[in-house]
Amino acid sequence: MSRDLILQAVISGLLMGLIYALVAVGLTLIFGLMEIVNFAHGEFLMLAMFTAFWFWALGGLDPMLSLPLVAILLAVAGILAHFGIIRRLLKAPMLAQVCGTFGLGVALRAGAQFLWTPDFRTITNPFIAGRVQIGPIFIGQPQLISGGICLLSFAALWWFVTRTETGLGLQATAQDRQAAAVIGIPTERMFALGWAIGLGCVGIAGTMLSTFYYIFSDVGTNFALLAFVAVALGGFGSILGSLLAGLLIGLVESLGGLLLDPSYKTLIVFGLYLTVVIFRPHGLFGRF
Amino acid sequence: MLEKARAERLWPRPPLWASALGAAAIALLIAYPFIFTTSFSHHLMILILLYALMAQSWNVVAGLSGQISLGQAIFFGIGAYSSTVLFAKYGITPWAGLMVGMLLSALAAVAIGVPTLRLRGHYFAIATLLIGSGVQIVFQRWDWVGAASGLYVPIERTSPLFYLQFHTSKVPYYYLVLGAVAIGYLVVWKLRRSRLGFRLQALRDEPDAAASLGIAIARHKVLAFMISAAMMSVAGTFYAQYVLVLDPERLFSAEISIIVLLMTVLGGSGTLWGPALGAAILVPLSEYSRIWFGGTGRTIDLILYGILILLVCMWRPSGILSLLEERIRRRAEMP
Amino acid sequence: MSPLLEVSGLTKRYGGVTANADIVFDVNEGEIVGIIGPNGAGKSTLFDLVTGFQQPDGGRVLLDGHDITGLRPDRISRLGVARTFQKLKPFIDLTVTENVIVGALAHTSDMKTARDQALESLAFVNLLEKRNNFARELSTGQRKRLELARGLAMSPRLILMDEVTGGVDQRSIAELIALVLELKQRGLTIVMIEHNMQVIMRLADRILALHAGRPIAFGAPEQVRSEPAVVDAYLGTVDDAA
Repeated sequence: MSRDLILQAVISGLLMGLIYALVAVGLTLIFGLMEIVNFAHGEFLMLAMFTAFWFWALGGLDPMLSLPLVAILLAVAGILAHFGIIRRLLKAPMLAQVCGTFGLGVALRAGAQFLWTPDFRTITNPFIAGRVQIGPIFIGQPQLISGGICLLSFAALWWFVTRTETGLGLQATAQDRQAAAVIGIPTERMFALGWAIGLGCVGIAGTMLSTFYYIFSDVGTNFALLAFVAVALGGFGSILGSLLAGLLIGLVESLGGLLLDPSYKTLIVFGLYLTVVIFRPHGLFGRF
Repeated sequence: MLEKARAERLWPRPPLWASALGAAAIALLIAYPFIFTTSFSHHLMILILLYALMAQSWNVVAGLSGQISLGQAIFFGIGAYSSTVLFAKYGITPWAGLMVGMLLSALAAVAIGVPTLRLRGHYFAIATLLIGSGVQIVFQRWDWVGAASGLYVPIERTSPLFYLQFHTSKVPYYYLVLGAVAIGYLVVWKLRRSRLGFRLQALRDEPDAAASLGIAIARHKVLAFMISAAMMSVAGTFYAQYVLVLDPERLFSAEISIIVLLMTVLGGSGTLWGPALGAAILVPLSEYSRIWFGGTGRTIDLILYGILILLVCMWRPSGILSLLEERIRRRAEMP
Repeated sequence: MSPLLEVSGLTKRYGGVTANADIVFDVNEGEIVGIIGPNGAGKSTLFDLVTGFQQPDGGRVLLDGHDITGLRPDRISRLGVARTFQKLKPFIDLTVTENVIVGALAHTSDMKTARDQALESLAFVNLLEKRNNFARELSTGQRKRLELARGLAMSPRLILMDEVTGGVDQRSIAELIALVLELKQRGLTIVMIEHNMQVIMRLADRILALHAGRPIAFGAPEQVRSEPAVVDAYLGTVDDAA
């Protein structure tokens, strides 16, 4: 096994890991704020990918240009989801919360399949295409740019959550909802904001994925599973945890696929989840 | 008041109309194949019965015991494969295979449950989701059981009862499944009135309080998981003997795990008849949408399922029958 | 005669915070021991350590001479130790009677016997009227009584009560005091965490005072009450509940 191959796998794993991380951070934000696991998260990613696709197929808009649009659309979807659905679910027992978001996911996935058939789509001729060569390594430009944008998004998110008043309000609500409300932080709005940011991140990740990944109605499922693993690994509620865990998963998946049978790489990631969750239940940085 | 309380029935009595309805339903089930004589109507009812059993299995582990398993398909597949492998490779009757499947599923439940059931609700749910996916991948690559191509149950046209295969009519099959479901529901009915059943419900509602009342939490969780796994396995074996072909993608699919959850939540999680009601609603919905909408029917029923469940969880999370059961348990004045 | 419950050197730390440090006290059979202290003094943590809900970092707990330190909570409760929780934990999807039945099931497997015992327990705490309601329909005061009834249905030897009078109205407090005295009459050993000084002075045979996780006094009520450390830490700054 040449060192170059391994290095290649590491780089591409890390780049993919950044996307996993961005998807995961949405999940972790939502859970950190209101303790709801969004079992429809993968489906929102799928919708983001399709949105980018249709912007391209029908509007001729390259994903790099539609990126802000998709992010905003998903953020709006998040706000609608919160006020329309999640707000009710918050009052229900955990079983109902799990089943509710699950049902939403099922409906969205089936809806997508109904509207757009199970066919696989791709965006051909995106603005960013081709490969770059860095030393002995070949990296697809879309993956590289995706990685960069994911990193930027994380940086922006981190800055927002730690340096702005609203962001601190989010943190406060996540840590102690009642105390935050007492000092005047509007809980409902924080929740909606959490959904907006969470799904906005998914929108960014989805648009980036659409430049190099197949787009189909079931595409969200696997990403969701990996996002769950990332969130559990990094700790529910931890932004930094999602980033590191996402990177780790991307790495493990890529190296696992290289060194062992590629079809087992999912199993390896799952094994990682189980190991972490059993021996370190709160993940790397989590509070839960 | 103590005397009056002591004189009350130990178990609450359902209102007369509910009992009458129930009796009528049972009579209908028994006479069904002779009232509705088409092969399709038999097929439909067999599916409803099988799903009623599967949903009840989820009800035991989640509705009754509070452990949200999203991987019930694991045991469904184990049941199907156990009986089929034993029959196809060693000629052992599927009845014995049924028992073996139950045993293996219970063991799997222990193997999966002991490390994962100590996790908090969401973590456990995700773990079952992942393990289910993992088991599917394993079976799809395991050559001895046919890998991705699956297995065929060898056709036997003699001794249909022994081989659990009926080729001339679905009717005997219908009654066997009805029998299995009846046994399953009887078991759960007894369970809910037993010491174990109450302890499981306590565990579901407040694990700490349950522990302070002498209930060994981990052990009871695993026990509930084992019972539910065995029930699922029975359904798996019967299903295998019905369709006579095993496809790992279908058998271990997350879809099955999800559907049994949806049915129970719709009908009433934690109630006795909720799973059956959910199956009775969702199976025909699925079958008829497939007929009316052709190929896309598969997706339309899922859209409806999803929306239905979402609405139920938003407005009446305890399901349709919970209201009735609550009134019965509260021994309120009956309408 | 050796005490029913003996606690020595019990310690619990979380990272940098010491929740309990070197707690020492004992409880004789048939006695009522009260535990007082300001919020955050570690009282509920102490209960958790004694009943197995948390693992101590040091120290021992002896029940009737047997070492029960660090045992699982269900094992400890099966040895005859009941407890109530400060943050109430009723089984919300069960009726009041069914709640208490779960308690009775700790030592019987016959459902009819369990039901009858449950009813007796409910009669004792005066909740029979609500016996067929679901636990979620009860008020706070009623839930407290439910939790008490549930624990009592276990026929325990020792019961640990966490803030039984918290959030309960005046009239009900007098009833609760009578209840606890009646329990003592029946031979039950009781340890109670209480904020209400009047209640605890009335009921306790001995009092353990905690402050910042440490025991600062242990003995007869009058003695503890006049202990300077106790006055300083607790009595001086907390209103006597009227």
